[in-house]
Amino acid sequence: MSETISANPDQKLPKDLAAEKGMVNVQIDGTWHQFPKGTRMIEAARQAGQILPHYCYHPKLSSPGSCRMCLVQMGMPPRPAPGTDPAYGDDGYQQINWMPRPVIACANTVAENMGIRTTGDIVESCRKGVMEFLLINHPLDCPICDQAGECRLQENSVSYGKGQSRFVDTKVKKPKNVDIGPRIRLDDERCIMCSRCIRFMDEVAGDPVLGFTQRGTHTTLTVHPDRLLDSNYSLNTADICPVGALTSNDFRFQMRVWFLKETPTIDVNCGTGTNITVWTRGNTVHRITPRQNDDVNSCWMPDSHRLNFHFIDDKTRFTEPLVKEDAQHLPTDWKSSLDTLAAKLKGADGSTTAIIASGRMTNEELFLTKQLAETLGTQHLSLVPRTGEDDGMLVAADRNPNTTGAKLILGTEDPFAKLDSIRDGVRSGTIKNLLVLGEDIITDAGFHFNDLAKLDLLVQSHTSANPTALAANLVLPAAAFTEKRGSMVNLTGRIQRLNRATEMPLDARDDWEIIRDITLAVTGAKKDTFLIEDVFKQLAAAVPEFADLNLSRIGDTGKPILDTGYQIPLLTNERARKAAGEITG
Amino acid sequence: MAVVKVKRPKLGFGEKIYLGALAKGFLITLKHALKSLAGKSIGADSLKSSGMGVTMQFPETRWDDQLPEYYRGAPTLVTDEQGRERCVSCQLCEFICPPKAIKIKPGEIPTDDPWAKVEKRPQEFDIDMTRCIYCGMCEEVCPEQAIYLRKDYLITGLSRAAMVHDKKKLYEIGGVRTGLVNKWNELK
Amino acid sequence: MTDIIIQLLIIVTKIVFFTFMVLLPLVPVSVYFERRFCAVIQDRVGPNRVGIPLTLLGFKKDIPILGLFQPVADGIKLLLKEDFTPSYVRTTYYWLAPALTVIPALITVCVIPFGSPISILGHQEQLLIADIGVGPLFVFAVSSLAVYGITLAGWSSNSKYPFIGGVRSTAQMISYEISLGLSIIPVLLYYGELNLGHIVQHQADHGWLLLPFWQDGKIGLPDATTALYMIPAVIAFIIFTVSIFAETNRTPFDLPECETELVGGYHTEYSSMKFALFFMGEYAAMVIGSALIVTLFLGGWSVGFGLDSWINGLHIGDFQIGGILHIGVFVAKLIAFILFFILVRWTVPRFRYDQLMKLGWVVFFEAALINVFLAALILAAPELGSAAIAIGAVLLLAVTAAVIWVAKISEPAPKALRV
Repeated sequence: MSETISANPDQKLPKDLAAEKGMVNVQIDGTWHQFPKGTRMIEAARQAGQILPHYCYHPKLSSPGSCRMCLVQMGMPPRPAPGTDPAYGDDGYQQINWMPRPVIACANTVAENMGIRTTGDIVESCRKGVMEFLLINHPLDCPICDQAGECRLQENSVSYGKGQSRFVDTKVKKPKNVDIGPRIRLDDERCIMCSRCIRFMDEVAGDPVLGFTQRGTHTTLTVHPDRLLDSNYSLNTADICPVGALTSNDFRFQMRVWFLKETPTIDVNCGTGTNITVWTRGNTVHRITPRQNDDVNSCWMPDSHRLNFHFIDDKTRFTEPLVKEDAQHLPTDWKSSLDTLAAKLKGADGSTTAIIASGRMTNEELFLTKQLAETLGTQHLSLVPRTGEDDGMLVAADRNPNTTGAKLILGTEDPFAKLDSIRDGVRSGTIKNLLVLGEDIITDAGFHFNDLAKLDLLVQSHTSANPTALAANLVLPAAAFTEKRGSMVNLTGRIQRLNRATEMPLDARDDWEIIRDITLAVTGAKKDTFLIEDVFKQLAAAVPEFADLNLSRIGDTGKPILDTGYQIPLLTNERARKAAGEITG
Repeated sequence: MAVVKVKRPKLGFGEKIYLGALAKGFLITLKHALKSLAGKSIGADSLKSSGMGVTMQFPETRWDDQLPEYYRGAPTLVTDEQGRERCVSCQLCEFICPPKAIKIKPGEIPTDDPWAKVEKRPQEFDIDMTRCIYCGMCEEVCPEQAIYLRKDYLITGLSRAAMVHDKKKLYEIGGVRTGLVNKWNELK
Repeated sequence: MTDIIIQLLIIVTKIVFFTFMVLLPLVPVSVYFERRFCAVIQDRVGPNRVGIPLTLLGFKKDIPILGLFQPVADGIKLLLKEDFTPSYVRTTYYWLAPALTVIPALITVCVIPFGSPISILGHQEQLLIADIGVGPLFVFAVSSLAVYGITLAGWSSNSKYPFIGGVRSTAQMISYEISLGLSIIPVLLYYGELNLGHIVQHQADHGWLLLPFWQDGKIGLPDATTALYMIPAVIAFIIFTVSIFAETNRTPFDLPECETELVGGYHTEYSSMKFALFFMGEYAAMVIGSALIVTLFLGGWSVGFGLDSWINGLHIGDFQIGGILHIGVFVAKLIAFILFFILVRWTVPRFRYDQLMKLGWVVFFEAALINVFLAALILAAPELGSAAIAIGAVLLLAVTAAVIWVAKISEPAPKALRV
């Protein structure tokens, strides 16, 4: 190759070839790569397969270059003397002159003919030195610290640090166990001053309450004197804190992270469908953290959604079917409860029967609900609307996670339309049988206990004790969102997948199985659907938007199947900042 | 490993007929039998033999005084000289335990406690002695020198529940252990 | 009429006494000896705790009497264990197999003479159950039925390890029955009859087959024929003893239940009392085997050294007690031989299967066959001319050499060991 270049002076040089595409040539650890102009060196190294140790750098935040952990050795071509042309070697590149001092990779961008060394004596001794400085005032209370096991300081100390401390003086004392907000605890001694939390609260959450006071080794992270760290996004600071300085009150001292199993799934608290990781040990959910998906939630999630999982292990969970006898609910088994139900529904006129389903159901469950309504011959099928305030970031006004899916599957623009007519029907007595699937209609849909008492049959499937269940003749224990599999379509029209992280308690059943079993009990047909994959197959055949899909093809980050025009505000903001060059990711 | 070809030894007639070897074997086994009966087996003295063979008759004769320094008996929790719990429930022992005998429920030390600086201690600490294999990995892994294998080896119980040592029992067997631990030091 | 009833009563008494009070107790006794003996061989103590369980009655201590009650405890344990029948077995045969193992061993006892005849109230009575003229043949015929038990156990368990164990056992027992049968022909030639009672009486009068050093109550050297006859007798003794080891599946020939290869062998799927029956059958076979060896080669109940007639004369009133003493002597010899069985088990390592088969078919079969002719030659020698004797001896030597030569060349060349 080198010969062809020298033999043919008209041959384009690598720099020209790259420039045509808006790229630059960079040599990383002796190998030439091409990167788009403006790429940060740390990103370039990552793409070349070298993950540089870092604390303060986060692709979704600005880069202050404060931790100095990502130091690399940089080299540039010599600047030609006036009147001379740059000299190109046989391979078409200029010679690289290495700088004697290292530079930080997170805040510098790549340039044409640049060289980066991510290894070597200088880089390694720099890292070792930085690690030693960071550890001088660190309390080294890893056995107590909750971050142990997912702590960057631990990881980098093992990979790049010294085995022992040479520090003989007294460590700087700083506040410990500081109550800076309702959900976050601060330990200043562990803080390494990376300022990620400060930048997050300022740039993403838009509530800049955190900051540094004092100077030098006495630098202390504090909250504004008159304020608390009480933003609905405060727990994200604990996620991005590379050490154990900020920890979650909810997860504090609950379980060591190395015992936890991670299951990727999605949040069901609003129409955004935030991607999450559920952390479980055994059958217990210990915490939920956001999972990066740049088309849905970036790297963040609201606290209100994150902490809404404690009901899963609560005492109020239904664990077996309950049947009401003489104003008292008694445990029973599935067969007899389904038989009772079928006996009442079989002879009933379709117009006297109504189904209230939920916007929190998966596509598969909604599809089976529609089939159930057809089987019963009823037109009275509605979902319960659930709205709240749009916070301008990730929490959507529509708090039902699958309204879009319901519209597609039920084939109506307003799946909530018939709720009022059903309510009137119950009140006037024209509706005698009511199936409530996954909803608490007394609390959320304006029904009254006395109205429900008029019904011949009220069946409710739900996860936990609730007022409607008190009125129900039959209560069927259902699965919580960490216990099911299925798919949902979020407000932007993206289909996403729920995965099972825990098992259902005792005799509870997956919702889709409950709906299938009710249908089978009424028709008396033989069971022929055993897997949720089969339900999705039927759904894909019936609704064109779902065609060519199946549960595994959806993947962990989902697939867009529809353009609704809805924009997630946080993403709009983030894209603008990226376009402005403030952030890289 | 390389293949080494070994030539079979050439056996003589006496060896082939095998009866001589048999007789030798009988002599050896008989010699052992007679020595055992006379209580003169090799090592009978040092092993506290009961007078036949080398076997010690256990409940009557015991070897407690001969337990070596490194003997690994029941795992226990220890307190320091001032009666403070050394364990901070980091759960490393629970993680390392090969038969999963240890179960810990961590808890927080209330802020009004004089030793609140440590923040964390076990709320529950159970070691299932029916599972424990006395490997000593918990002792080795403990960063706070809170768990030690003592020389107790007679761990008996009439039910499975009785064989689970809870926190109280573990501290009872463990007792006090002196030695420098820095975590209570306000200046460290 | 009363005669018949008395006769029947006597027979029943003998069966009950010899089978259930002599033979069956010998099984736990040999188990106890096995455990204690192997313990001392290995510098251990063995079972020494189980005795009279006084603590059950509220006392402070048990009386451990040397652990003699260990077999009782074992028996109670096996009796009370869950008798588990796997769902996949062939039930009828599965239930039949243990019985088929233990019953032949118990039946063979009926021809073993336990002592010299006793006389009560002037009534002479043999101390053996069935005084028949085909003693050893009866023993072989019945004891070889035990192979059905093991084979059926292996097959009906419907599981691979028992099956392999059963097949091995069948092959092994059938192979060794040949050398077993051939090896005692010199013995029978010598006695000239098959009645075991008479054989023992003959030994009591003329010296044991392996120890012919007295004659009609007087100690003295045997005549030339008897002395020479010790050569085929010793060869027959060795072959017979080793074959009995193989027949009873004892180490070093316990391949049917080789733990390292076959888990438990043919009784892998058995538990509780059914397993105990196999266990009993094996030990009972060992006791019967020992009894047969003692009877044929070592004088049976005879004390030897010309003392037998004196013992026979002992009596208390009308009751001749010599026979009772002889039973004691017989049992003592039996236990001594059982101890030898145990010593062998804890000394000799297990044979490989091909070695076992080679020993049976190539060595013992030919050796026993040649031994028959050797014995016949020695017996017939006084009536033959010296030329005939020489020709016979030369022929025998030639045949022996030929057999050894054939065995040698048919042996495959040893392969190099790979380490």
